[in-house]
Amino acid sequence: MAEVLVLVDHIDGVVRKTTSELLTIARRLGEPSAVFIGGGFDTAKAALAQYGAEKVYTVAAADIFDYLVAPKAEVLAALVASSSPAAVLISSSPEGKEIAARLAIKTSSGLITDAVDVQAGGDGAVRTTQSAFAGGFSVQASVTKGTPIVTVKPNSAPPEAVTGAAVEQVVDITISAGAKAARITNTAPRAATGRPELTEAAIVVSGGRGTGGDFSKVEEFADSLGAAVGASRAAVDAGWYPHSNQVGQTGKQVSPQLYVAAGISGAIQHRAGMQTSKTIIAINKDEEAPIFDMVDFGVVGDLFTVLPQAIKAVNAAKG
Amino acid sequence: MNIVVCVKYVPDATSDPTFNESDNTTDRLGVDGLLSELDEYAIESALSLAESPGAGESTVTVLTVGPDKAADAIKKSLQMGAHAGVHVSDEAIHGSDAVATSLILAEAVKKIGNPDLILTGMTSTDGAMGVVPSMLAERLGLPQVTLASELSVAGGTVTIRRDGDAASETVTATLPALVSVTDQINEPRYPSFKGIMAAKKKPVATWSLSDLGVDAGSVGLAAAWTKVESFAKRPPRAVGQIVTDEGDGGTKLAEFLSANKFV
Repeated sequence: MAEVLVLVDHIDGVVRKTTSELLTIARRLGEPSAVFIGGGFDTAKAALAQYGAEKVYTVAAADIFDYLVAPKAEVLAALVASSSPAAVLISSSPEGKEIAARLAIKTSSGLITDAVDVQAGGDGAVRTTQSAFAGGFSVQASVTKGTPIVTVKPNSAPPEAVTGAAVEQVVDITISAGAKAARITNTAPRAATGRPELTEAAIVVSGGRGTGGDFSKVEEFADSLGAAVGASRAAVDAGWYPHSNQVGQTGKQVSPQLYVAAGISGAIQHRAGMQTSKTIIAINKDEEAPIFDMVDFGVVGDLFTVLPQAIKAVNAAKG
Repeated sequence: MNIVVCVKYVPDATSDPTFNESDNTTDRLGVDGLLSELDEYAIESALSLAESPGAGESTVTVLTVGPDKAADAIKKSLQMGAHAGVHVSDEAIHGSDAVATSLILAEAVKKIGNPDLILTGMTSTDGAMGVVPSMLAERLGLPQVTLASELSVAGGTVTIRRDGDAASETVTATLPALVSVTDQINEPRYPSFKGIMAAKKKPVATWSLSDLGVDAGSVGLAAAWTKVESFAKRPPRAVGQIVTDEGDGGTKLAEFLSANKFV
């Protein structure tokens, strides 16, 4: 059975949830081979085995992380050449798409980005589903040349725990000088919030202009539900919340089970970031706000009155 | 410093963008279009760099690949202050994927002549793939310095701040380089009246594939490395219950959450 390469998304060996989703999808297409670049393999191995990786290519070249994107694309290109996989799956993060882009050119392969589903076609082809034009359209596509390279959005497949052997295969590779042209000279990690990561969370509670800069009720409500906190572009531009929490076309695109928009009007820029959420709730003072055209439940009211009452009721229900 | 800014003419998101039933390509003719909003940040960066004290004699050339109407994207860029435009247009380009688009752009950049800096936006607002800047860097063998929320050029070196999920990185490279900028980087200027008038006299070159030495068979729909098999308009979401808060809005919200097993 052909291998399917899955680029592992991790920080020092702590594997992100999206990788378990990709491994699950990989099993539909062939035999999952994880590609682990960097340090911390001992930490990662169990997680990769748990979700079906039969093989793990490990690459520990010291300087890969000192240079932006290009070295990882080079590693994957070498593995595509040596293992002739049925497909390469990469998480649809901004960096993931950049790696996939360079890999497509290097291997003369077609590239599909932001897939929300990937299935095996009867003829051995890889069939993808994507969402286009702010979620207005669903598109079915496939790669017609080379090794299909697909970047997949978070929350596209429930991870299935199926134990794989996760046999390590060390890859010796020398990164070319050309790939070392953009140097990362400093890395400033973000402080952990203790809340779920925005694109992976099952529930997201976002605040917008209606908060007037006070996100305390949004955060409390999020915490009562174990949710991630998002922010509209207006809130971020006003400096009320970090850009890394922005939900929208130029921020993060999320597709959680539940999305709650508090004090957000629902302009298309924002809708593009959350339109495919399974259930949508909005709280807004303005009954004409466009967000109410897309809700499963809406409250026309002041979030500073509605949310505290909801928080109390939720906490009571949790006992 | 010679700067080339790659821009795209895209369907207006508020004008019901759609696909052509005939060949599953994006409808670029039947829908109103405009310069992609995210490209304005790239143009602004280019203009700021060109205007900065150490820049000397700098030129900002704006480049686009698109049908005839794409000339509007060039026009808006010139009105903002770009000095010259290049519009690559050819029927054979219709239906090109990102791979082919990046090939055409790369050849056009080479023909414009070895810029010090190539600037792009972070992604287009129609395809929203965000892959062309990386493909350009790969094709041209240039350092990829992408997704900048801060940017400076000094002494032949470009330095950016790139904000990722887990961390912010400082990335630096020697020019020439390929740089993409996010919408966090600046506030794009509005064209002034003077700028609008001046734009009319600025040079715009129009090139076909043969002007670039690109074989028509290597671009376009038939040559694409991916294929759209079908598309379907998603039905608008059915709107559920909307209540007005009369002192119980929060309670009703919590009830909805319980009923739907979110609590």
